[in-house]
Amino acid sequence: MKIAVCVKQVPDPEARLRVNREGTWIDEDEVPFVLNESDEYAVEEGLRLAESTGGEVVAFSLGPDRTREAVRKVLALGAARAVVLTDPAFQGGDAMATGRALAAAIRKEGVDLVLAGSQSGDQGFAATASVIAGELGWPHAWLVMGVELEPGNATMKIKREMEGGVNESSRLSLPAVIEVQAGINHPRYASLKGIMAAKKKEIAERSPADLGLDAAKIGRAGSRLETVAVALPESGREVVWIEGDAAAMAKALIEKLQNEARVLR
Amino acid sequence: MSGKIWVVVQHRDGKLHRGSREAIAAGQALAAEIGSAVEAVILGSGVESLAGELAGFAIESVRVLEHALLAEYTPGGYVAALAPLVRSHAPAFVISPHTYQAADFLPRLAQAADGALVPEAIGFLRVEGELQWKRPVLGGKLHARVRVKGEGVIFVSIQSGAFSADSAKVGSAPIQREAPALDGSQLMREVLGFERATTDQVDLTKADIIVAVGRGVGGADKLGPVEELARLIGGEIAASRPVIDSGWLPRDRQVGSSGQTVAPKLYLALGISGAIQHLVGMKGSSVIAAVNKDATAPIFKIATYGCVGDLHEIVPALSQVLRERAG
Repeated sequence: MKIAVCVKQVPDPEARLRVNREGTWIDEDEVPFVLNESDEYAVEEGLRLAESTGGEVVAFSLGPDRTREAVRKVLALGAARAVVLTDPAFQGGDAMATGRALAAAIRKEGVDLVLAGSQSGDQGFAATASVIAGELGWPHAWLVMGVELEPGNATMKIKREMEGGVNESSRLSLPAVIEVQAGINHPRYASLKGIMAAKKKEIAERSPADLGLDAAKIGRAGSRLETVAVALPESGREVVWIEGDAAAMAKALIEKLQNEARVLR
Repeated sequence: MSGKIWVVVQHRDGKLHRGSREAIAAGQALAAEIGSAVEAVILGSGVESLAGELAGFAIESVRVLEHALLAEYTPGGYVAALAPLVRSHAPAFVISPHTYQAADFLPRLAQAADGALVPEAIGFLRVEGELQWKRPVLGGKLHARVRVKGEGVIFVSIQSGAFSADSAKVGSAPIQREAPALDGSQLMREVLGFERATTDQVDLTKADIIVAVGRGVGGADKLGPVEELARLIGGEIAASRPVIDSGWLPRDRQVGSSGQTVAPKLYLALGISGAIQHLVGMKGSSVIAAVNKDATAPIFKIATYGCVGDLHEIVPALSQVLRERAG
């Protein structure tokens, strides 16, 4: 089975973020970038399915030049090859424009299954992989917590998370797009051998022309959504800050919870 | 702007999802702003009583798309039923609650109707006459304002809690029924059944005090002092999703949109940054005390009390104070 896994590099969720001077996004020069969390689970699921079917994983990513680092990590984990869309014309797109471009790259490659994380830690559209499925005309499922290939590899049983701790169990036919929820598996670590091997693996670059894409339909130009500004969330109510060292904070907090908020006896 | 506002509601087991009322409230607010009218849209099989319930809102009409193949939700069924209607009626907006179901079908519907998609909106505003939407980015650490360019239907999902269900205005609306043309091949997913993901041994909804840990706790081996604090303060231990996914605590301890929704008297959030999925599950708590190293963490936006610092220092200190008070 040939499996496409779509990954994205996002700012480290632990990092402190600073809004850029224009107020339109964060200052990206100041933050470390990591592989998007739910994508890590998609990679693991892809590797497992490839191993059980004697197939291979091809990593796909759209992003600036640094996206090659994210892809290199996926190659170190065991993906066979990678395809990246780093041309500036691809950048800054909404879910529709990004999905369109990735779908074209995937179509050219010919795969049996697409795996992706369910949501990115930056824009958080939770929609790009569904758009890929729409472009390809394939079934998709969002927030998948379990996959099981059925005999013949033509259909797949999936478990999909719903609100309130209920899972939906259903069947899809392949090819399909599966958007994986964090926690579906335990992602592996890259071995030293894997890291060394990754250096020799191919990272193919595709341009809009390679994919037969009209530059007006992709990236910022092809997006209906444009971010005008970003800002810290407004506070609903003002937090009461408790200051001092750990002991002083602990004492003051317990005192407030007992005597001011009266939620402790 | 011409064109109506459609609100596609979500329901299950004969009940409207709470987010459906919030989406109607959002649709009404938007209609008032742009001078338009709201139509509620419900898909399903045997949904007469729900249609009646929707008819009790101050909206222009209720559109019922009734078909046996819509008895269970599938993204293919919803898209196949809605896309032709959206194309022929060309509403200005199609709104739905930002639920797991909407995140499953709305992007494909938007694509099938060649529309724009604004996922997880938390509000709208007018800037120099232009309508803009607010939505959380970077895990809720920042809010973005987005504008929609170009022509065509705009699909918007409304984040839980962004509009109050109680603010939805009541009235009386006519119901119109339509039978979409569907065949089984369009569903693209065969629903086999439903099961509870956890056995729910722990009912966090009944706890008066919850001591919740996030990724910041750093590992299962570092939970001891938190457990001691929970014991001393008389609270149940809970966690945010990353802690559960890492296997540090069982899934029945998870608070958030995919876990339990809680509203204790006191919610002590330790090392929880406050991603939107977590906030949805605990923002109803009466008092929220948060401990986090990062003063800009979203949890502090809803906290009553905030301590900026290392939970590994503050948690033992809290236990120490409680022990001293107990004598």
